[in-house]
Amino acid sequence: MLPKLFFGFLITVVAIFALLLVLVIVGGIIAGLLAPFLGNVPVSYNLRSIRARWTSTIVAIIGIAGTVGVFVAMLSLANGFKATLVASGSPGNALVMRAGSPTEMMGGISLDSVKLVQDAPGVAHDSSGPLITQEVVGVVPIPLISTGTDANVQVRGVSPNVLQIRTFVKVSQGRMFQPGLSELVVGKNASKTYSGLTVGNTINFGGGHWQVVGVFDAGGSAFDSEIWCDAKILNQVLLRPPNIFQSATVHLDSPASFQAFKDSVTSNPQLNVDAIREVDYYAKQSTTMTRLITVLGGLVALIMAVGAVFGALNTMYSAVAERGREIATMRAVGFSTWSVILSFLFEALLISFVGGLIGCFAVLPLNGWTTSTMNFQTFSSIAFAFKITFRLLGLGLLFALVMGVLGGLLPAVRAAIRPVAVALREL
Amino acid sequence: MVKVDGSGGQSSLIQVRDLDKTYRRGGEVIDVLQGLNLDVEAGEFVAFMGPSGSGKSTLLNLLGGLDVPTRGRITVAGDEITHMSSGRLTEWRARHVGFIFQMYNLIPVLTAFQNVELPLLLTKLSKAERRSHVETALGVVGLTDRMHHFPRQLSGGQEQRVTIARAIVSDPTFLLCDEPTGDLDRKSADDVMTIIEELVGRHHKTVLMVTHDPVVAARASSILHLDKGVLVEGKHASQLTGAGGVA
Repeated sequence: MLPKLFFGFLITVVAIFALLLVLVIVGGIIAGLLAPFLGNVPVSYNLRSIRARWTSTIVAIIGIAGTVGVFVAMLSLANGFKATLVASGSPGNALVMRAGSPTEMMGGISLDSVKLVQDAPGVAHDSSGPLITQEVVGVVPIPLISTGTDANVQVRGVSPNVLQIRTFVKVSQGRMFQPGLSELVVGKNASKTYSGLTVGNTINFGGGHWQVVGVFDAGGSAFDSEIWCDAKILNQVLLRPPNIFQSATVHLDSPASFQAFKDSVTSNPQLNVDAIREVDYYAKQSTTMTRLITVLGGLVALIMAVGAVFGALNTMYSAVAERGREIATMRAVGFSTWSVILSFLFEALLISFVGGLIGCFAVLPLNGWTTSTMNFQTFSSIAFAFKITFRLLGLGLLFALVMGVLGGLLPAVRAAIRPVAVALREL
Repeated sequence: MVKVDGSGGQSSLIQVRDLDKTYRRGGEVIDVLQGLNLDVEAGEFVAFMGPSGSGKSTLLNLLGGLDVPTRGRITVAGDEITHMSSGRLTEWRARHVGFIFQMYNLIPVLTAFQNVELPLLLTKLSKAERRSHVETALGVVGLTDRMHHFPRQLSGGQEQRVTIARAIVSDPTFLLCDEPTGDLDRKSADDVMTIIEELVGRHHKTVLMVTHDPVVAARASSILHLDKGVLVEGKHASQLTGAGGVA
């Protein structure tokens, strides 16, 4: 009973402290940014003081720039990974897997089930019939161009009409594979990353010889890191049971038809499947890795931020120490405590803002730069690009301002509350 | 006429009654000012003299609202400042007091013009009005041609003249000068004192000045000595420097 009460009290205290800290930071940022309008101390005083102490200012700026750079880079990495996976899904497609399967890799759906699914309401049709692709996924080792060492590549067996279902995928070089043949089309990232995945080349895996006949562009989605072939052939090569697939993807009449489709397939007693919007499936797939990158990146940025805040604190404390008599003089001639606090906050925010801007600009060249990592859901490599957005840059600048407030507030208060008569006597 | 016995009337610009100031240093209690009384009429020029540690600067800080007394009362132009909050005291200083410091205390990163303009930034004057006031103040101290110079580009005497311009630009009720010539050569000190005399004589300013220098003190209309925290009337200017007056 007593420990419970104690922890309850502790959590309340921590929550109040956190709330106060947030209020101080938000209030500090707003007040500091409005200082030129709210306070009386001329901005030229701050600008020239910063210039006069340029060495310590540069140290603080570099510290903040580095922290913001890492912060934005990490977030852009997570953002890029998520965007790559989310782009793989289309809102007009639905993925059908065995009920309870968290991923395609663990799914299993028979041809009989596929036939029932394709007759469900909401499934789009073209002249050749219902738009459905039953798929088989596997992982095969292919050497990396960069190191020559094997890396896991996701190979996806698809139906020949897959391009009518995933309409954003285009064959950019060569042609589509022919059904019934050991032919491959490879994603553009896979083609650039792995050895032998060029049109006209033949590679071996799963005991078979495969000819690369085309390269496709999947619009920067995860499919760009995959290689595609005929599902039936892949099933044979991987020695899997015939007519058993891992998932089926249907193209719907419209995104609005999804609920009717899902209700139909999940309520059909002959089926033991679940349906999910393709876009939601891939968003869910990205969660683990995105969270991992965000948490690890956040930790690194947090540790760096502590250093940067101390840098800013040092800069502002030395500014206050160097200018003790100036501040006292201003207060003697009538500048209020509030004006002095605002002035120093403004100065700290200005330094941190410049640091933030530099940090943001420094990582901008990373935007679009492609890297790859293991997708823990498929155990295969996935290529994705750093994706720096205006939102991330805004977050980076906000992060810089938070560091500015934390580094500038205490010295500002110290400057303002020091007894004037004492400070005037300082040499 | 300056009085130190508490017999001044309500018409005095500055009234100080039973003023005590005590500092604590560790466990030791130091009585700097004890039961001090003072009455200063408007337009007077009073010099405070006394040995180091006698409380001259402490008195000036108390009169200027930079410090608060342990006991007693200070009234300036009808405002009792001893019980004002810190914020009100700051506003009061901006309206009523012009400070002239020994070390000038100019802001090094601002030009002479901007330094003088500082007190006016606390007023509602327009930019043009501020410019006009600053130019007038710099004209009084003879530095209109140096207004765009930074303090490091000025001599000590010129810096002190800028300080005087800053002190008078908002037309305060009185000026407090803490060793205004303490860091200057004799010629510059003489120039500065001439300006202060003009402020009293021509512009009817009330000036309270702390100095160690009897020659400088002699230019005041009254001299008061602080000794062991108590004020006593001193010799008149002419008596200090001989029949010839100011050296």
